[in-house]
Parts: sequence; structure tokens; C-alpha cells
Amino acid sequence: MQDKGHRIVSEIKKLATREVYGKTLVELGKDNPNIVVLDADLSASTKTALFAKAYPDRFFDMGVAEQDMIGTAAGLAACGKTVFASTFAVFGSGRAWDQVRVSVAYTRLNVKIVVTHGGITTGEDGASHQANEDIAIMRAIPNMTVIVPADGVQTEAIIREAAKFYGPMYIRLSRPKTPVHYDKEKDKFKIGKGVVAKDGKDVTIFACGLMVAKALDAAKILAKEKVSCRVVDIHTIKPIDKELIVKCAKETGAAVTAEEHSIVGGLGGAVAEVLVENQPIPMVRVGIKDMFGESGQPDELLVKYGLTTEEIVIAVKAVFKRKK
Amino acid sequence: MISNNKIEELEAVARKLRIHIIQMTCAAASGHPGGSLSAADLVAVLYFHKMKHKPNDPGWEDRDRFVMSKGHAAPVVYAALAEAGYFPVKYLTTLRRIGSSLQGHVDMLALPGIEMSTGSLGQGLSAANGMALASKMDKKSYRVYCITGDGECQEGQIWEAAMTSSYHKLDNLTVFVDHNKYQIDGKIEEVKSLAPFADKWKAFGFNVISCNGHDIKSIIEAMDKAEKVKGKPSVVIADTIKGKGVSFMEAKPLDFHGKAATPEEEKQALSELCKIKDIEL
Repeated sequence: MQDKGHRIVSEIKKLATREVYGKTLVELGKDNPNIVVLDADLSASTKTALFAKAYPDRFFDMGVAEQDMIGTAAGLAACGKTVFASTFAVFGSGRAWDQVRVSVAYTRLNVKIVVTHGGITTGEDGASHQANEDIAIMRAIPNMTVIVPADGVQTEAIIREAAKFYGPMYIRLSRPKTPVHYDKEKDKFKIGKGVVAKDGKDVTIFACGLMVAKALDAAKILAKEKVSCRVVDIHTIKPIDKELIVKCAKETGAAVTAEEHSIVGGLGGAVAEVLVENQPIPMVRVGIKDMFGESGQPDELLVKYGLTTEEIVIAVKAVFKRKK
Repeated sequence: MISNNKIEELEAVARKLRIHIIQMTCAAASGHPGGSLSAADLVAVLYFHKMKHKPNDPGWEDRDRFVMSKGHAAPVVYAALAEAGYFPVKYLTTLRRIGSSLQGHVDMLALPGIEMSTGSLGQGLSAANGMALASKMDKKSYRVYCITGDGECQEGQIWEAAMTSSYHKLDNLTVFVDHNKYQIDGKIEEVKSLAPFADKWKAFGFNVISCNGHDIKSIIEAMDKAEKVKGKPSVVIADTIKGKGVSFMEAKPLDFHGKAATPEEEKQALSELCKIKDIEL
């Protein structure tokens, strides 16, 4: 983060949300003996290995078997356990979609599917490992709550909330370290409630995940060009904060969405659904344009696939023009 | 040793379950009679002899858990729950009707007594494993029973789950395969053979027991044997007949996988299933 003036707590502090997840799980496990954690041979990457080390009796490595992991999670939850099941986003959403649908969501069981390596910043592993469709396919399932935390501070808060919340959840974390822009002491988060990270009056940028930081940067750049942007962090994509989205639409009259996900069916789709039915306004979606990714470094990929501050700036200008 | 009286009593229960299966699928004019009838004796022994459960307290913590992984055999489970007293028998004819708790495939949120929702084949065994793990973690004594179909064993998840059962030494789990030898598209050995079936389970670390799935004594003996084995899960491969108890269904099992009898056929089926001693039905 190179800009000052919005809610930047530290310019240099970066945290991997998956790292925060692993540590938070260990803390939660201390007070809550009911928490059981499953992983599918990726515990070193998803950081559930930290929990495994602390509480070996409450951790099960299910091997390379995501479908079985989700089903086992359902059985444990049916017997009263609070289950966190982790793997990469592509596998937790795609490989085990039917198991998530029937064994976890249809049954409304208390299983938290916390996935890491969401989006294109999974990087060098390439397209097969980059989940750019997971938000769309998870939010289509009834009873699911879908959350994409914006940074490490929010991740910790959301994981703590998730442990208290009854019901199926899909929480998507990232592989790389990302800037921390929330303050652990001051900022509070509620599942289902968006956060106005910066106020503004001309255009609202609805963002999630690592795109929240880029949206804040874009707002700073646009302010110099006399475009006042409101930045809203929609960490909970389902159930979406309809009230806040409609309010922002009424007050700013134009919207941009920014997500590290396909423009099909993710945050952009969810916001568009709310706007079209309640308060139609000009809107542009920033995201991956319905295509597969490729191998590369996360930062290179973000640029190549249009997930940048500059793209958000261009989108805001375009939508601002349409507003007039 | 099981007494002859008990065996006769369970045979009568199984017959009642079969009558309900026919009546409820006919009332619904849809459903899966074939694979429900083949599992009727297994389910009768589980609910009326083997399992610890309290129909007036379905959430009792220490109850044994039963997962019907082949969720389309819902009618036989509903029949057993009704006969056991979970809900009135007359409610059975609401099967598959809009608003009914008796969904086409078992739904745990709709009906107390159902431990896991199933319907997409292959998923129940994983859930049963989770329950068996929870039983051990909580130092409980409840057992977990899971009925799978034989056709269902073509699903990869069954074998993922089988590895979990044996790796975690789930000796509090008994799996039954309702081995009726048919799947929707034909004979299993002609669609995609499971052979060598028992060897597969053995290779996956199971204690494998065979039984005659329509002989109460044979079923009970198999279940008792399974319980005595420590350190590994057991699978009971129950030799069954699809459509068991109804001559024309046994003769043409493929016609009655997912289709109810016509009103004419229903009369014939019921006359075959009803014995004088069941006249109160």
C-alpha cells in the first residue's frame, strides 16, 4: 500500500489470510473442544497443520479425497461437532460440489469449508489450480453462506465469527501475503454486513478479497481527478448486504464491482442482481473475463488478467461517464 | 441364540414393511419399490432387533445411527420409522406429495429419525464414517449402520470412504451392501461388474461377511459377527433379490427400480404379501 489517507494501518504489513486462519484455529481450539478440523492432504498449505500439531486428536487428514472429506465432515457435524474442512478453493468448491450440496448444505450442517488458494493469485500452479468460479458455484447452493475476507485482520474476525455461527459456510482465503488495511482493535465485522471502507458520493466500488485494497488505491487516484468514490467491502457475498448496496446505489448513482474471480456469477453477479431488481444504475464489473488463467507470478497474473488498481480506475471513469 | 419366536416376529415386521412399500409407492404413483423391497429384511432387523433407538426421543444422544446411503430406498426407511412409532402409519401415503416430510429421497431436516440426507449415490458411507469417528472421539458406545446399494459401489466416493473406515479402524461401523445385482440400466455384471466384490472390500481393509439378506437368522448372525470384530470395520454383503416378496417384481426387477406398481398390480402384490396372521393390516 503506497497511499495514505484512507484506513491504512500499516503500509508495510502484509499477511497471508491462510496463515491467519491456521493461527486463529489453534486459538479457537483451545477454548472450544468441540472443534474438529479436516484437511485433504494440503494441511501444510492451508495451515491447518498448526491445528493438527496442537490438537492431534481433533484433526483428521483425509488424504487426497475431497469428496470423502466433505461427507465425513457432515457425519461429524451431524453428531454435534463444529467442523472446519480445508483444501484448495478449486477442490473444496469444484471437486466436492455435489457433496457440499447434498451432505452439507441440504442438511444445513455445521461445516465450515475454509479454502485457501482462491483466485488467480494461486499463481505458478496454473489454471487447473486457480479457482475463479468458486464464488459463483457456491453461492448458487441454498443454505450456504459465502465469505471472502479482505485481509488478515478481517480473516481472523470472520473465522472467530464462523466458529460461533451455526450452519454451512464457504470461506475463501488466498495464497499470497496481502496488505492489511483493517485495524484489529477498531474494526469490527459482522457476517452479512458490508463495510464502508471509504466514503464518497460519485461512484461506489463494491469489492471483496484482495481487490478491496486496490479499490481503496483507485479511489485515492480518482480523488485527484475530482471523482469521489465510495469503497464498500462486501466480504459476505451471500447473504449479500442488499440494504447497503441499494443505499449506496441511491446515494452515488453508479457502481463498479471488483473481485479476484470471474465476472460471471461472483460478486459482480450478486451486486448486479440486487441493483437490477431494486435500483438500476450504470455498473461495470472488474474481474476475470470468463477465461482460464495460466502459470505465472501472482502479481504478473493480476496485471495480465485485469485485476489492478488501473482497471478499477478505468471502470469508474467509464461508469461515471454513463451516469451523466 | 435368537429364538424362533423373535425370528417369526421380525419376519412379520419385514412383511409389514413390504406391504407399506407397495402401498405408499402406489399412492404416490412413483418411487423405488425394487430396491426398497430388497432391503426390507435388513431394515427390519436393524430397527426392530439390533439398534438402540427411542422413537419418542429421536435426538437421544446415545442412539445408534443409521444411514441409508441408497437414498432412493426411502420407502423402506419410512415404513420402519412408522412401524417403530416415529410417526403414524397412515402418514406413509403422503410419500412424495408436496409438503410431506416423506421426501422422494431421505431428508434429515424433514423427518425426525433420519440421520443423514442422501440421494446422490456414494455419499452416505463418508457421513457414516464421520458419525463413527464422533462416537469414538466422544467415548460413546453407539454404533453406526450404513446400507449401500451394490450399484452404488460404482461411485468412487464409496471407495474413498472405505479407505477412511479402515484407516481409522472404525469397528463401531457396520456397512451393508444390499446386493440385489441390478442397477437401472441392467444387470450390474453387464453394465459394469463389481467383481471381485468381496475381495475389493477385503483389500480396502474390511472384515467381510456374507449373508442371505432375506433370512432373518442369517442377517442377525452376520450383524453379531460384525460387532465382535475389533480394530477394523465390517461389511455385510447381503445376497438379496430386487423386488423381493412380489413375484412379478422379482421376475422383472428392471421394470420396478424406479416405478410403482399399477393399481391392478398393487392388488396382486398385496395379496402375495398379506398372510392370514397380518390380517389386522
